[in-house]
Amino acid sequence: MNHVDGNALAGPLLELFGVDMTTATGRCSGCHDVDLLARASVYISQMGAVIHCHSCGIVQGVLVEIEGAMSLRLPGVALVTSAAE
Amino acid sequence: MSSTVAPGKVIWHVARVSAVSEETPTARRIELDIPTWPGNDAGAHLDVRLTAPDGYQAARSYSIASSGAGKRVVIAVDEVPDGEVSPYLVRALEVGDELEVRGPLGRFFLWVPSDEREPAPVQLIAGGSGVVPLYAMAAAHDQHNDGSEFRLLYSVRTSGDVFFREELDALTHTTVDLNYTRASDDATAPPGRLTQDKLAALTLPPESHPRIFVCGPTPFVEAVSGWLVALGHDPLTIRTERFGGTA
Repeated sequence: MNHVDGNALAGPLLELFGVDMTTATGRCSGCHDVDLLARASVYISQMGAVIHCHSCGIVQGVLVEIEGAMSLRLPGVALVTSAAE
Repeated sequence: MSSTVAPGKVIWHVARVSAVSEETPTARRIELDIPTWPGNDAGAHLDVRLTAPDGYQAARSYSIASSGAGKRVVIAVDEVPDGEVSPYLVRALEVGDELEVRGPLGRFFLWVPSDEREPAPVQLIAGGSGVVPLYAMAAAHDQHNDGSEFRLLYSVRTSGDVFFREELDALTHTTVDLNYTRASDDATAPPGRLTQDKLAALTLPPESHPRIFVCGPTPFVEAVSGWLVALGHDPLTIRTERFGGTA
């Protein structure tokens, strides 16, 4: 199965944050690249989603849903900035 | 468009299937009636969630072919062999059935009419069923023409695999180019994979500074976006949506 991109996480992250996060920006703590969530590489499995930096490939985040509750770890993101209105 | 979800606002909607029809031999067009739907801009997607009798749930994302303020939402689903959700939607779902849908989603991949006096041209590039959100953009542009030039390059296996054939033919403000990868009914255009040279010949040049939307299987989107940058397009003008799958 190929990876997809951050567009695919719009729904789960809407539940977590209450806003559409595809245009939110993340700064990679590995290579310091700054880009929109929609451009990240995302691997989806039965367990959840793993978010990789589109530039350097490090794991930026892991999203899992257990019994309807969403949890997100962001070990590879130094800064998240919401999209300007 | 405000992206804020107000407290108590519905995220999961109950959708009722109002019509189904064969789109291609492997895909189906599904029309949904969603009373709580807030409307959507062109290019948005939604998530469909199915729940088995034992409580097991599976959700998948599908692009929306319709746009505007209405409560009627159209999707077109290509069957993924061995898939968990698409075989049910393509083969078993019937008019009157109910589905849970979450959306509208995907602020990154939207087209809305520009209020600029000379809006940038727009180049749409689709691989296979990736045409669905791009068709929505072209149809919205036909309805709300903001004066921008629109072009669609659609790469698809054969003429029988074309989604929205009649609707694409009826577009009056979008130039549509088809690239057939497996079999062509045009003797002057033999079938074959899209290449950087074909892409250059069939899309707006970098000098016209188009806004570009690319949607398709991941290998298609990776190849096309790489070629676009090699041809001189600014990466920031390219918006991409990958749905996995195979080339």
